Amino acid sequence: MVSPDNFQLPEQLSTGAAEVDDLYMFVYWFSVIFTAVIVAVMLYCIVKFRRRPGVKAEPVGHNLVLELVWTFGPVIFIAILFHLGFKVYVHNAVAAENAMEIRVRGRQWLWEFEYPNGTRENNELTIPLNQPVKFILSSDDVIHSFYVPGARWKRDAVPGMYTNISFTPTKLGNMQVFCAEYCGTSHSGMLAMIHVVTPEDFQKHLDSADKAPEGKKPEEWGAELYKKNACNTCHSIDGSKMPGPTWKGLWGKTESLADGSTVVVDENYVKESILKPQAKIAAGFTTAQMPPFTLKDAQIDAIIAYMKTLK
Amino acid sequence: MGAATTTVPRAQAHHPDPNENYLKAERGIMSWIYTLDHKRIGVMYLVSVLLAFLIGGIFALAVRLELFSRGKTIMDADAYNRTFTLHGVVMVFLFIIPSVPAALGNFILPIQLGAKDVAFPRLNLMSYYIYVFGACFALYSMVNGAVDTGWTFYTPYSMRTTSAVIPMVLGAFIMGFSSILTGVNFIATVHKLRAPGQTWTKLPLFIWGLYATSIIQVLATPVLAITLLLLCLERFLGLGIFDPKLGGDPVLFQHFFWFYSHPAVYIMIVPGMAVVNEIIATFSRRAIVGYMFVAMSSLALALLGFLVWGHHLFVSGMSEYATMVFSALTFLVAIPSGVKVFNWVATLYKGSIRLESPMLYALSFIFLFTIGGLTGLFLGVLAIDVHLHDTYFVVAHFHYVMVGGTVMGFVGGLHYWWPKITGKLFNEGVAKVAWALVFIGFNVTFIAQFIMGSRGMPRRYYDYLPEYEIFHKVSTIGSWILGLGFLTMAVMFVASLIKGQKSTRNPWGSAALEWQTPTPPPLANFIKVPTITRGPYDYHLATEEELSEK
Repeated sequence: MVSPDNFQLPEQLSTGAAEVDDLYMFVYWFSVIFTAVIVAVMLYCIVKFRRRPGVKAEPVGHNLVLELVWTFGPVIFIAILFHLGFKVYVHNAVAAENAMEIRVRGRQWLWEFEYPNGTRENNELTIPLNQPVKFILSSDDVIHSFYVPGARWKRDAVPGMYTNISFTPTKLGNMQVFCAEYCGTSHSGMLAMIHVVTPEDFQKHLDSADKAPEGKKPEEWGAELYKKNACNTCHSIDGSKMPGPTWKGLWGKTESLADGSTVVVDENYVKESILKPQAKIAAGFTTAQMPPFTLKDAQIDAIIAYMKTLK
Repeated sequence: MGAATTTVPRAQAHHPDPNENYLKAERGIMSWIYTLDHKRIGVMYLVSVLLAFLIGGIFALAVRLELFSRGKTIMDADAYNRTFTLHGVVMVFLFIIPSVPAALGNFILPIQLGAKDVAFPRLNLMSYYIYVFGACFALYSMVNGAVDTGWTFYTPYSMRTTSAVIPMVLGAFIMGFSSILTGVNFIATVHKLRAPGQTWTKLPLFIWGLYATSIIQVLATPVLAITLLLLCLERFLGLGIFDPKLGGDPVLFQHFFWFYSHPAVYIMIVPGMAVVNEIIATFSRRAIVGYMFVAMSSLALALLGFLVWGHHLFVSGMSEYATMVFSALTFLVAIPSGVKVFNWVATLYKGSIRLESPMLYALSFIFLFTIGGLTGLFLGVLAIDVHLHDTYFVVAHFHYVMVGGTVMGFVGGLHYWWPKITGKLFNEGVAKVAWALVFIGFNVTFIAQFIMGSRGMPRRYYDYLPEYEIFHKVSTIGSWILGLGFLTMAVMFVASLIKGQKSTRNPWGSAALEWQTPTPPPLANFIKVPTITRGPYDYHLATEEELSEK
């Protein structure tokens, strides 16, 4: 993510990023020069006009012309700045005609992506290179903000309305996604990764969404899914306290529920808890709200296999 | 308060001597609790805001310490979220808003006008007790699980969180009234209680700044009151104004909130600028260049402050037309800000400059506020703001304005008027060391944040990616230097109280009116009512005797 040629800005990974960066550097150098001039004049005055016995300060005269020049002169500059900023903004805000639409749902604390064919994935998205993408954002609970530094773009995901952002990825590799609007406990864990791949690999990815990766045992895939689906933002694996029950020693345990009954943690209970989290709530965890997850059976099996290893 | 009852507590049989030093005119704890003297109220405010600054500062250091390394350093995510929220709430509502106006302003403004007191001394005392009452609610919230919403209380998160939102919001709601009363009092005082000859064009620029601030306080704070009240009702009764589940609109809350809170940042910065005028004039022995332009730029900031709240919502889902309008209006703020910086620098030119500690703070203000203002340009440019919004760049930008601006102004004013308030001098050498630590520590802390922000580090993050670690480490180390600077300053002021030399009437050799009356000022501020014949900065018209430092 580090930009090789610019210390201040991340790598440019989309069309439009370069325009924003040029504008940034323009304002940056203006600011540096302006500050340097102000500081230089101040230091000159401090040295040159330091208090000396017998030398008095010169009374202030009136120089209306100078005063008006530096009051209203900057107006021209800021008008130009506004114009450039708005032009680039509008240019980047409008999605291309042929953009692929991806639905994005923000939840405490994960990003759910839905491809045009209905396949869903949490916290990971694969898109083809040089293909314009339009993200349709919404939120299921509180306000989140979908932020892709590599594309220099963000937009809030607001409950009760749709917003969108769009860009065209220009480099193979990964684009980091942050949540930029504070949304509670695991705000800083609400990260996602966009993988930019060749069109062939993209097609392959769509076809293999519900199969275990080549040469991986189910529990290894489960461990991956645990992170990928952001289970780790609420469920620990070492017994430490988090918004949801820890998975350590959970499998096969008799869990007491909030309504006073008990249940044995088995395949059915785990599956139900993933698909319909609010059906049975463990005692002491009534305040946190787990959203429903749409996982394929193979994925749930892998997660169960992983749970079994957490003794 | 009713009819014409006597205001002096009955325990007192005698009337205090109006020409006696205000600290000695009456004695005992009750004489402070019941005091109607603006100077004592100013001192009580000063003690309170400094206490709040200490608490807010401890929270800030805790936030930075947690971010020193990745993962858990000293606390878990929930504790961290509460800590940064409390840092914001305490610093904004308990410290920075009342800092210059209520503490320094209460003490200095009536004296600079040549008045005996403010227009409504009882309201003045009431405003202090309202402030304390509101602060108690905030403290109650802190010991009851605190708040984890950020100081902005954005809905719908603030509807759902289980933390103690209502007491904290009520605390902010109550403290707002204290702010309004201070504003009303200053406006009336400036209009009605000027000494003979103290015309509008002879007013010190400190007063112009506080006058502009008071207008914002009176007009904007009620909006916050209504917003916070709606928030409480929503949480308590499920009213459905902001929560989309009930048919409300969460973005509406942001509009309401920033309709107050953007003007509020001018409630914070304009008084800081006001103090800087006084210091620069005194230590350059020269009138501020373009007096009327500087005075009017304060009013311009007060007016523009009401028109730019939308720039906090550029990525909130607001319409594109609205973002365009608010971006354009935001740039206008650069004009009055520029006017002030240019005129201050022009004042130094051909002055007679002495670098005492208050002047060091005033000059730091110019430098840091310039950076704070220029980084505001980045955020005003729409395309760049979309990238920088809600990152550490914004955090660094507003700390450059609020700490590099307001706090530097406040601390500079505290050094400048310290002898006037306490009657004692402080150790100038230690003061300079403290200034150097504060200046260096501040820049190290926040320059690191500019860089990680422009590289994409979001704000309010408990944890971060490895690539940002170095910047967080540098920033945290900077916070220790900054903390050490303020600690040194605190020790110096306490030492001054205990064993400081007695101050002369006019230790800085200033031509301003507040330095012409004895130090500390008598209870009635002046031995006899002054008649103003020259402006506060007319060094070429002041007599040798007036400027004497002996």
